[in-house]
Amino acid sequence: MSQVSLRRLVKRFGAVKAVDDVTLDVREGELVALLGPSGCGKTTTLRMIAGFIAATEGQILIGDRDVTHLPPYRRNTGMVFQGYALFPHMTVAQNVAFGLEMRKVAKADIAPRVAEALRLVRLDGLGERMPRQLSGGQQQRVALARALVIRPEVFLLDEPLSNLDAKLRLSVRVEIRQLQQSLGLTTVFVTHDQEEALTLADRLVVMSQGSVQQIGTPEALYERPANHFVADFIGRSNFLEGRVTAPGMFRTRGGLDVAFADTGASPRDAGVLAIRPEKVQVGGEAGPNRFPGTIEFVTYLGAATELRVRLASGEAVAVTRPNDTPAGDGAVAARAAMPGQPVTVSWPPAAALLLAPPAA
Amino acid sequence: MIVSLRRHWRRATLCAVVFLVYVFILTPVIFVSWISFFSNEIVSFPPEGYTLRWFANVWEQRVFARGFVMSLQVAAIATVLGVSLGTLASIAIVRYRFPGRETLNMLLLSPLIVPGTVAGTALYIFYIAVDDALEWRLQATLEGLVLAHVMLTIPWTVRLVTASLVGIDRSVEDAAMNLGANRWTTFRRVTFPMMRAGLVAAALFSFITSFENLELSLLLVGPGRTTLPIAILQYLEFKVDPTIAAVSFVQILLIGTLMLITDRFVKLSRVV
Ligand SMILES: Nc1ncnc2c1ncn2[C@@H]1O[C@H](COP(=O)(O)OP(=O)(O)O)[C@@H](O)[C@H]1O
Ligand SMILES: [Mg+2]
Repeated sequence: MSQVSLRRLVKRFGAVKAVDDVTLDVREGELVALLGPSGCGKTTTLRMIAGFIAATEGQILIGDRDVTHLPPYRRNTGMVFQGYALFPHMTVAQNVAFGLEMRKVAKADIAPRVAEALRLVRLDGLGERMPRQLSGGQQQRVALARALVIRPEVFLLDEPLSNLDAKLRLSVRVEIRQLQQSLGLTTVFVTHDQEEALTLADRLVVMSQGSVQQIGTPEALYERPANHFVADFIGRSNFLEGRVTAPGMFRTRGGLDVAFADTGASPRDAGVLAIRPEKVQVGGEAGPNRFPGTIEFVTYLGAATELRVRLASGEAVAVTRPNDTPAGDGAVAARAAMPGQPVTVSWPPAAALLLAPPAA
Repeated sequence: MIVSLRRHWRRATLCAVVFLVYVFILTPVIFVSWISFFSNEIVSFPPEGYTLRWFANVWEQRVFARGFVMSLQVAAIATVLGVSLGTLASIAIVRYRFPGRETLNMLLLSPLIVPGTVAGTALYIFYIAVDDALEWRLQATLEGLVLAHVMLTIPWTVRLVTASLVGIDRSVEDAAMNLGANRWTTFRRVTFPMMRAGLVAAALFSFITSFENLELSLLLVGPGRTTLPIAILQYLEFKVDPTIAAVSFVQILLIGTLMLITDRFVKLSRVV
């Protein structure tokens, strides 16, 4: 396994900049997820690493080898495609053996390695089946075995779970992660599903319109989003627009004076405060950032309940509260939120993050 | 109640139409086959008896045997050439974007819509012109006939192979290259096997189209180089007896067998 480096990678399709100046280092044995909405350039980036798309500008290194101008068959990456892309006219075993044949592995060594790869993905004994005779989940595992059996330097996955049903997606996700960790695979994983990315990846790369918005661990991205896009895309946020009036003080358009944790690196003038709904409290003891309002809407989410509170300033704030007491409990009934009920919401200054206003 | 009745009627109508279509298609085949065993020379119903002598007559009339061999030869060469060229053209049309792509596609399919006699006449004139200009004799030669048939077979290949190429998931080829196969190996090991069904169907239809072509060949054959359909036509000009039916029966058997054999390798109903 080796690390992968993308240096100022650019891909233009005519006038469209599909990938715009992407720089990224994937460490050895690390799983990095490329995350972003559809059309943001994730697939294009991945296909440039694999060599299917030529970079317009920039450099790609695998290990310390510059592969920017090498064709896919000289790069030694193992890719799992969105639709699995199994060879329909070959058996499962032949599919898995293909990469070994291309590497001129001795005939006698191929069969044991294929068997081992199939055992790894728990498909032992299905080697003689044709791909069409397998379920979606099984085909997916053949694709994994086929990509891994060649011992690639980099493991590439393009939305590998998107064709599976929700239940299966969860278990395959865990399997992929375990496989990746036990084999120490340097992995780039493309997804538009933030939950998938947050649970799977060591680090995330959030992309929008071809460019990188932020790179970091799931926690860093969630707790310290670098900009409005990331705060909005990863999890949910309340956004309050306004301007900074004094160090650590912010006045919203509606006229609320909100204290926030001033890091000094924050924008000085107009900006947006981002506040996670689960960090907002209803009621709560005295302190800064307490604002009266009225419950406008209640949504039961199972594990939590979301309230939309219209503040006296006219701004709306979403609040989530865990449903952690047993149903039927008297205390719960007493606290039960009803639309129209007046409440006070509050949040600690540290929960309010100042960001630059979103690009119009 | 009413809905189910209506559905019932719809089904019945559909079955009736399908049945009629089959009758319409199969009646000539059945009659030709039947007549080839009639013992009376002038065809009349019911037959006076049954005989195999028309088949013997087919064998004795050397024109048929020679025409048969000639047709076989022309169809085989034209199929090989037509399928090869047509496949290359299809790959270009499906995989590459270039100016005039649509026009090329239309052009390659057009022999399907130009009447055979028109195309034959045009080729006749063209061959004469080629002979005048280049001293290359095509009119009434085997090469000329084969080239004309290649033109006939190309549309079938372009249609069928294009369809099978369009149906190939490009990421399967990407997967092969990702696993270390270069472009040629990818074509040989992945693309080609995946378009095999289309190729086999294209070869079959090309062969049949060439083998039974009459209109185009009529204008381009030379003395002593008659194809089977022309031999049949010439025989008909001075004699009408069940010999013709016998020849046709042999031809039906041949093509039918060819289709059955092909169908064992690729399901034709899925390709065409
Ligand atoms: N072959 C291509 N030709 C032209 N534009 C393309 C091509 N491939 C991708 N694009 C464009 O590049 C952008 C990024 O595409 P892609 O990488 O597939 O996004 P993602 O995988 O993040 O959904 C999109 O706007 C898409 O329309
Ligand atoms: Mg994509």
